[in-house]
Amino acid sequence: MNGGSILEGRDIQVRRGGRLILDVASLNIAAGEVLSVIGPNGAGKTTLLQALSVLLRLNRGEIRFRGARIGVDITPLDYRRQLAMVFQEALLFDATVTANVAAGLRLRGTDAGEAKRIVAAKLEQFGISSLHDRSAKTLSGGEAQRTSLARAFAIGPQILFLDEPFAALDPPTRESLIEDLSRILRESGATAIMATHDQGEALRLSDRIAVMHEGRIAQIGPPVEVMNHPVDESVAAFVGVEMILAGRVVQYERGTATVAITNDVGPPKLSYPRGNPGEILSGTGRERTAGEAPGERSSASLSSDGMEMPPEATGGRIDGEGSCVWEDAAVMGGRRRPATVFLEAAGEAKAGEEVFCCIRPEHVTLARELPPGRTSARNSFPAIINRIIPAGPFYKLYLDGSLPLSAYITAQSLEELDLRIGMTVTASFKATSVHLIRRG
Amino acid sequence: MEIILAGIKQALSLLISFDPEVLAITWLSLKVSGTATLISLFIGIGIGTAVALSSFPGRQIVVSVINTGMALPPVVVGLFVTIFLWRNGPFGYLEILYTPAAIIIAQAIIATPIVMGITLAAMQQLPRKLRLQILALGATRFQMVWLLIKEARLSLMAAVMAGFGGVISEVGASIMVGGNIKGYTRVLTTATVMETSRGNFDLAIALGVILLLFAFVINLVLTRIQQRERPQ
Repeated sequence: MNGGSILEGRDIQVRRGGRLILDVASLNIAAGEVLSVIGPNGAGKTTLLQALSVLLRLNRGEIRFRGARIGVDITPLDYRRQLAMVFQEALLFDATVTANVAAGLRLRGTDAGEAKRIVAAKLEQFGISSLHDRSAKTLSGGEAQRTSLARAFAIGPQILFLDEPFAALDPPTRESLIEDLSRILRESGATAIMATHDQGEALRLSDRIAVMHEGRIAQIGPPVEVMNHPVDESVAAFVGVEMILAGRVVQYERGTATVAITNDVGPPKLSYPRGNPGEILSGTGRERTAGEAPGERSSASLSSDGMEMPPEATGGRIDGEGSCVWEDAAVMGGRRRPATVFLEAAGEAKAGEEVFCCIRPEHVTLARELPPGRTSARNSFPAIINRIIPAGPFYKLYLDGSLPLSAYITAQSLEELDLRIGMTVTASFKATSVHLIRRG
Repeated sequence: MEIILAGIKQALSLLISFDPEVLAITWLSLKVSGTATLISLFIGIGIGTAVALSSFPGRQIVVSVINTGMALPPVVVGLFVTIFLWRNGPFGYLEILYTPAAIIIAQAIIATPIVMGITLAAMQQLPRKLRLQILALGATRFQMVWLLIKEARLSLMAAVMAGFGGVISEVGASIMVGGNIKGYTRVLTTATVMETSRGNFDLAIALGVILLLFAFVINLVLTRIQQRERPQ
């Protein structure tokens, strides 16, 4: 993100058949920002994109492009010529790939030589140079969408609107296209607004995520914040399945990545019970600093850099897999989280890569023992039960501590383990349960 | 059977010898029906596109009227054009009844709803979002409509075929408003009717063969264009 707002929406309302289908009080898009708009079908994602690109009539409200009011200071046509749009369907013209990519330039009366040069560059950028004289009707889904993207980028848009651009593609095609788009977005520094119902896509590409519900923006913010701290039930219902942790791969070996999760150092957002878990926690951990590669045996460790540790919390070690540094007595004491936590994740990654680790609550198991006994789970962390919410046939437990986690527990387990709010437990999950999403 | 064989023989010799009367009739037919089709393309594609791209109260009724118009009986068109162009009719002062212009008007009225109906269907078949895509590419309204028409060009080719095919083979209206005046308003169909009633089967067959050839050649050309553009 850089610079000020490139696009501002104020008090936007769109009605269809008397029904309010879009109602956005305020939306600011920063220049160079990639914003994902997520939400269930019918939430108003497409309507929002079309309203912002003035492809449909607003019943109320105003849109400003670089401060200029559209329809007052700048005509809708002049504004539209600053942007480009890519839909779920490639919507190519019945012409060659080259003619398609050149379409926007031709509409603007761009000089033929200049247009040719731009088109060649875009075909190259999207890896479709070899298709240049093919009829658009003969392209595969992926090729067609690449052509559509090349056509959009050819005009050098200030803002790019993407309406579920990958939804119709098969997974491998989608994967390679997301990879390329992500690279090209970063290179071009274009501002982009993308509607999607795929949280993975949103996480990979966006600086911010807006969650829509019934025509309104229910929440907007950085990915981790939106995913982990849904403001209300509607957002939680859509995004709240997985806990999302932003981190960096520090080591990758034999299909397993070690990811350093950097926590917000500071008081945790949720309130901590002031228990006295010190006696359970003391003397069972092994201290390690953030830069150090994790040891063979301690597969998931907490680091305490930047943290004042009580002396008794930094002593011993534990044996076996799933070991962990149990030095976060300070956390449990209610002061703050450790700055960096390491966890293991199975999947493809490279050392140094920025990733999101997604953990589903059904994959998190809880144990009363601190630390836990031998387990094949590569990740174990101490955690405090923060909230217990009935969720159908089971309970959803929100945990805080070294990592913000949640877990699904059956009523039987809840009773047998006698789990209660404020209790310190061990939360474990396997490396294979961590879904890695590479960022950018 | 002998009549037919003799007729075909005679017809071939008329064709091969480029009989001036046959040529003149053929040329007039082409001119009249070609002009009528051209007029119907402008009106039909224009209104068909406008109706396809807009929504207004009563649109359903308009669409139904257009579709009904596609099956307009030529004699009914002939009747009304005659009434309107009749000396005492509202357009009687034009004095064009029993001229090629009158045939062109009648044929254009027959062809226009056909072109309009096919255009309407063709434009409605284009993905709705294509309009938005074109606008988002920075098109003016006019550029958008032009691109949509270009996009529907194959279907519009069918409209040309159907329109021309409809009027070149039409006889009722041409005879009513043209009068089948020799060397002036006599076209292939009206001449065929007359020669048949006179028992001149040879000439009638010759004219009929030309009519068939026309239909065949025009459709062949258009089909070839369509097939070439069809995705492999």
